[in-house]
Order: sequence, then C-alpha cells, then structure tokens
Amino acid sequence: MADHHPTGIKRWLFTTNHKDIGSMYLWFSFIMFIIGGAMAMVIRAELYQPGLQFVEPNFFNQMTTMHGLIMVFGAVMPSMVGLANWLIPMQIGAPDMALPRMNNWSFWILPFAFTLLLSSLFMEGGAPNFGWTFYAPLSTTYGPPSTDFFILGVHMMGISSIMGAINVIVTVFNMRAPGMTLMKMPLFVWTWVITAFLLIMVMPVLAGAVTMMLTDRHFGTAFFDAAGGGDPVMFQHIFWFFGHPEVYIMILPAFGVASEIIPAFARKKLFGYSSMVYATASIALLSFIVWAHHMFTVGMPVAGELFFMIATMLIAVPTGVKVFNWVATMWQGSMTFETPMLFSIAFVILFTIGGFSGVMLAMAPVDFQYHDTYFVVAHFHYVLFPGAIFGTTAAVYYWLPKWTGKMYNEKMGKLHFWLSMIFVNLTFFPMHFSGLAGMPRRIPDYNMMFADFNMLASIGAFGLGLTQILFFGIMVKTIWFSKEKAPDKPWDGATGLEWDQLPCPAPYHTFDTPPKVS
Amino acid sequence: MAIRRKLLASLTALLGFVLTSVVQARADLNMRPGVTETSIEAYNLHMVVIWVMTVIAVVVFGLMIYSMIFHRKSKNPTPATWSHSTLVEFIWTIIPFIILIALTVPAVKLLIKMEDASEPDMSIVVTGSQWKWHYKYMEHDIEFFSNLKMAQKEENFNLQSAQENQNYLLEVDNRLILPANKKVRFLVTADDVIHSWWVPELAVKKDAIPGFINETWTSVPETGIYRGQCTELCGKWHGFMPVVVEVVTEAEFEQWVAQKNEERIAAEKAAAEAAAKSWDLDKLMALGETTYEAKCAACHKSDGSGTPPLFPALKGSAMAIQADQIQAHIAIVVNGKAGTAMAAFGPQLTDAELAAVITYERNAWGNDTGESVQPADIQAFKAGN
Repeated sequence: MADHHPTGIKRWLFTTNHKDIGSMYLWFSFIMFIIGGAMAMVIRAELYQPGLQFVEPNFFNQMTTMHGLIMVFGAVMPSMVGLANWLIPMQIGAPDMALPRMNNWSFWILPFAFTLLLSSLFMEGGAPNFGWTFYAPLSTTYGPPSTDFFILGVHMMGISSIMGAINVIVTVFNMRAPGMTLMKMPLFVWTWVITAFLLIMVMPVLAGAVTMMLTDRHFGTAFFDAAGGGDPVMFQHIFWFFGHPEVYIMILPAFGVASEIIPAFARKKLFGYSSMVYATASIALLSFIVWAHHMFTVGMPVAGELFFMIATMLIAVPTGVKVFNWVATMWQGSMTFETPMLFSIAFVILFTIGGFSGVMLAMAPVDFQYHDTYFVVAHFHYVLFPGAIFGTTAAVYYWLPKWTGKMYNEKMGKLHFWLSMIFVNLTFFPMHFSGLAGMPRRIPDYNMMFADFNMLASIGAFGLGLTQILFFGIMVKTIWFSKEKAPDKPWDGATGLEWDQLPCPAPYHTFDTPPKVS
Repeated sequence: MAIRRKLLASLTALLGFVLTSVVQARADLNMRPGVTETSIEAYNLHMVVIWVMTVIAVVVFGLMIYSMIFHRKSKNPTPATWSHSTLVEFIWTIIPFIILIALTVPAVKLLIKMEDASEPDMSIVVTGSQWKWHYKYMEHDIEFFSNLKMAQKEENFNLQSAQENQNYLLEVDNRLILPANKKVRFLVTADDVIHSWWVPELAVKKDAIPGFINETWTSVPETGIYRGQCTELCGKWHGFMPVVVEVVTEAEFEQWVAQKNEERIAAEKAAAEAAAKSWDLDKLMALGETTYEAKCAACHKSDGSGTPPLFPALKGSAMAIQADQIQAHIAIVVNGKAGTAMAAFGPQLTDAELAAVITYERNAWGNDTGESVQPADIQAFKAGN
C-alpha cells in the first residue's frame, strides 16, 4: 500500500491514524499545560508576599480550582493517551489502534470539553471556585452558575477517557503481532493496559458523582444535603473512590516510560520484568481500597481509619519493588546520561521523595497534622510534576527521533533538564516546610511566619514556568527547523519493535504486515 | 580507597552538621511538638517516620548515586547481563513490609487514643459558618461567635498590615477560653458548607460538616494562647477564619464564666431597654453603619453594590426600597436564606442592631426610603416567627 497521506485541515479533523491522533493529544496536552501553568503563576504571584496584591479571594479560588482541573484532566491525562496512541501499536506490532474512528472521536471531544470549562472564566459569577475536588455542598448549593458547565465538561472528558481506555484494551488484547505474548510486551504497554482498566472502573464513578451534583442543584434531590436526608461525606467517598485510582492513572504510564528508558541508557535489560508487571497490578488493585485516606478528618469510625491507614501503607511495598528494580537495572550497567535518561533518573528520585511523604501522610494520627496543609500540596506536586510530567518529558525526548526523524539539540535538552530540576525543587520543596509550620492550603493570604518559604516557592515557580517556554522552543526548533536527521537507531541501548524494525521517522503507516517477534 | 572513604565520611559529617544547625536556627522547618500529650506523641511519631524515611532515602539514593558514578559507560564499558534474582526480589519485598508493620504499631495505639473522647470534663459545641466560628459551652450558659478581628474586607489585607501585626489573620474578637488540665470534648458541626477546625499545637483537626456532629477532644496542661485556622476550603474568605484558643487556670476560668454570665445578664437588660424605646433615624443609621461594616460589607460591599450573582446588590434592590417589602427584608436578615451564603443574623445581633442595619440598608447609597425599622418591629417579627 502506498503511503497514503491526506493533507491540510482535513488530515487532522478526519484522521484515524494513531500517529496523527497521538500528536494531537500531545499538543493539546501541552497547550493545557501552559494554560494551567499560567494559572499557577497567578497563584504564586498572589502568594509571593502576605497581603492581597493581585487578585481577590474568590478569583484566587477560581484559579486553584481551574489549575487543578486543567492539569489533571487536560494536561497529564491527555499526554499519557498521546503517548499510548503513538507507541502502543508500534510496540506490539499492530498497524493502528483497534478502533480508529472512535480514537478520532475521543480526541476531538476534548477541545470542546475544555472550551466549555474555560468559558466559565468569563461568565457572571466566575468559574468554579470550590477546588478541583469540588466537595459538596460548596459545589452544589453554594456553587456559582458556571458549575453546570463544569459538570458537562467533566462528563465529556470522562467519555473521552473511557473511549481511549477501551481502545487501548481492545488493541492490546486483539492486535498483538504473532509471538508477542503478554509477558513479552514492553512495560509501557503493560502499565497502560492496567491504567486503562483503572479508567474504565472509575471514570463512570466520577460521572455518577457529577450527575448527582446536577440533580441536587436543579432537580430537587438531596444526595449530598443532610437537610434532605443526604450526606456531604458520601460525596467525598464517591469522589475519592474515583480520585485515588485517578492518581495511579496519572502515574502508571510514567512508570512504564521509566522502565523503557532506564534499561536503554544503562545498556542492560530491565531488572525483574515480571515483578514489575505484578507490582503494577498490585498497586492498581490496592488503589481501590485506600480512598478514605484522603478523609481521615471527616469523622470516620476508628476501625475504618485503621483499615484505610494500613491498606495505604501496603502500597509502599509494590512501589518500593519498582524503585528497587530501577536501581538494580542501573547497577553494573554501562550508563550514559542523555536528556531522556536524566529526566528518568530525576523521575525515580523525586517520585520516591513524594512516596516518602506519602507514607507519612498515610499514618492517620500524624495525618491529622498534615491534612489540608501545604505538606499535602508538596506531596502531590512531587508525584505529579517530577513524577508524571518528567515521565512524559523523558518520553518525548526519547521517542522524538522516532516520531519526527529529527534529533533535538542535546545541550539544549540538558539545559532544559537542569533548569527543570532546580526550579521544580525550589518550587515544591519549601512547601513541605510551610505545611509543617501550619499553613493551610487554598488560602490567598497568610501570616508573616510563612513568608520566606512562600517567596522561595514563588521564585521557583516563575523559573519553572519560564523553563517550559524553553521546552516549547526546543520542540519547535527540532520538529520544524532542525536539519539534523536522526539515525534509525539514535540510542544504542534501545530495544523493542519500534527501534528494531522501523526507521526514523516511522512511516505514516507501519506494520501493515505483522513483524516477526523474536 | 582509604582517602576516598575518609573524604566521604567527612563530607557526610559536614552535611549532617550543616543540616542540624539549619534546623536548629529555623524553628519553622519542622512541625511544632505542641503542648498536649497527644500532640507531643504525634510529633514523636512524625520524627520517627521522618528518620526511617531519611535512612531509606540515604540507602536508596546512595546506591543510585554510586551506580551513576561507577557504572557509567566511561568507567564500566561492558554492562552486566543479569536481570533477575528471586532471592533479592523477595528480600526487598519483605523488608519494607516489616518496616511498615513496625511503623503501624505506634500509629494504631496513638490513633485509638486520639479518637477516644469519652468521659470529658466539659463539652463545647463548635459550629463553623461562612466565615466564622461559634462556640457554645454545654455546661455553662455561654455562647458566642468568634470572628477574625479585622473586618473581612479586601482593603484590610496588605503587606504593611501583615508586617505590623504579629498575629495577622490569626486574631479573633472572642477567643475560645478553656481551663487547663481538663478533658474538653468538642462537638464539631457546621451551618452551611464544610469547614475544618484546627489548632496545630493541640493536634486537633476535625471537619465541621453541616447536618453531622463530629467528636474530638483535648486536654491542655499549659496555659497559653494557641492559634490555628480553618483547613477546609469553605468559600471566599476561607483563609480568614482563624481559631484562637486561650487556656487559663481553672480559677481564672471560673472567674471568666462568672463574668460572662454577668455580661450576658447586663446585655439582655440593655437590649431590652434599647428595644423598648423608639430610636430616631440618625441614631439607627449610625449604629446601622458600624453593624453593616462589621457583618455585611464582606459580601455586599461597603457601597452596597455586592458581588452579583452570588451576593446581590442591596443598592437599588427592590427589597430594600419598596415599602411593602419591609417584612421580607426583616425576615431575610433575621432568618437568612436557605441554600445561599446569606446567614441568619437573628442569633448574632441584638434587636437594636438588627433594626439599625435594616434601616441603614433602606436609607444608605441613595436607597433613601426615609423609613426606619424599630427594635420593636424586630421583636414583633420574632414573636410571630
């Protein structure tokens, strides 16, 4: 078959090609990353010094809410789906995703969902202002009119995610090349299959939660209103039953990325492949029985608190196995430190720091002191920024030659890495201290005793924000202006079908006939 | 090799020294131990976990750094080929498991202790509402609101104010007074949205949930003033509803209770007198303005323009200018409006203040109705309510 290649706007609107759709997901995610990041800049500017300088408290709440929603649903999740689209068919030797038209649809829902969500900023009463966790009754009885736009937006994102997940599962179970047994699949594919199952299990729960909100707001039900026989705490149980698996949805694919990149640059096989698979599956299973550790202060019975505390601490065991496996992969390897490797190692170290604070937060009696302070903010940003986002960034540098046939400038890549590394720590490490000193999260103003660490965090955040512009510059230059053609095998330690059997760049259609898997 | 080991040892010692001196120099680098038995135990457990995590971090990151230095291509051109070891994998599954179980034991003990609010010496109902706390002493006939001392208006919050005021955002008009060495049970609830009542130095944090009552407790051995904040996002002024607890000796507490009772009796008498007489418009307007600035301006703004649609404008509003709406106007101020942020001010203000603030709203900002609402009107409304 000829390399059929539609052009112009129609190529992007009507495409069913997994590579095009992957690129669109990645660019969409980057745009959302910049918008959500701009909101973070507003937050950090306001918190640079005590006092109300730039925004009033209600707009500050809109910023924290929209920043969280956009980063979680607009930046991190689509970036992972983008990687899945690009990589899974090539890694399992399939010509495309199993359901290409649905693939197109699940992407094209997203711009509409986020236009809907972002438009709420310009409405009378402002955007949603109740935090990305939208606890009732602040989000139901007391929510601004734009809450209904938020609800519809969340429904659309959910539909998109569920379709994306179905596509991954169907593709992996039906379209593997002959000989590509499950236990031969690259770890990235494994982590994504498990992520897809998590998505299918919990996105409908989120849809249920926002639907109950909608009927509480407009149709006289009282699911979350004690005055009508409902229960605001039930909202939190439902939300976190979605919310906790959601954090693994955001991080598991990044685990997969690190498990591809670290062996490539250590020039040594991934240590403990099967224990990696089992650890990922255990983390996913455990993620369903730990949700109430987000709610230790809501007044659960002691027995409930004990159960959720112990179950949560157990997650550290399979997570530890993964970290030890990565270290063992590096051990006695023959390492070089190109940009993808740097981001991956930083990912392992900084994600582990987030894991340490996670164990601390799991301990209920001490969590009473950490809960809803900046310590929590530090914790989840450590697992999300140097976790999920460094993972994606590492993947982009690693597979960029495969996707575009161009090589990025190694010096610029390293500069991007070191700036990110310095600023990410400058931004989020001081938050541990302000949290321990007693600063609650989601406040626009604070006492002088928190001033030093907030100023540091703000300076770090501005640097981190500017660094992303450098990232954008590197990408644009590499993709459209670079003359440096990538060799077919830019990384001598890279393995897998996409590196062994395909040239750089990969042609528009790959594996029309199944490859031979050794 | 020996030199390298010495160098490594002295580097580690130096790093340890720098870290300890930094931690000692800055009190705000760590959690404060607090003053109660449970807060100190929570702090100790926190320190145990920190050290366990630090040791694990040093080992794991140490191995990674060693590997990055000695297993780089220039040092180790041929990589090893092993990629599996059941024994090693078993060991590093089981060791974290044992460490975690060891950490769980003290945590379970402390948790059970912290959640045991039985046999208290006294009980206090803590009610959160947008954006203040209300305390009611069950054994004494005392209840009061505790507001941020500065009015919740945007222009009040700036850098200069923060610098001049040591307790910026952490001072209230009425502190919660507790006797030392008594087991005090808090029954925590809320009127509107979820709030959370936190005093770090007592290690007490409990969500205040509308329609539900949560239980927690403390027993403070030392007298002193302990400050905290609301820790659950509760709307616009979430960052501006502090908790201030003042612990006094038992004798001082008894004295305070007696004084509060006298004040209450005097206030009831004064209110009755104020309500009995007829007020002229100027007096009502003067009292109304101060009351409005303290209670209403945070949402409805000093110029009555509000922040629609959440907080409607009062300037030019039908309810505040049409004569036949006076009763509706009194009703909304006294009882609040269900399902909105409009609180019931009936229990918070005296009849004279209620009459004054309604009069003020009907005459300020060009609403010039010329009508006055008298304390007697409020009493009549409450009687028929």
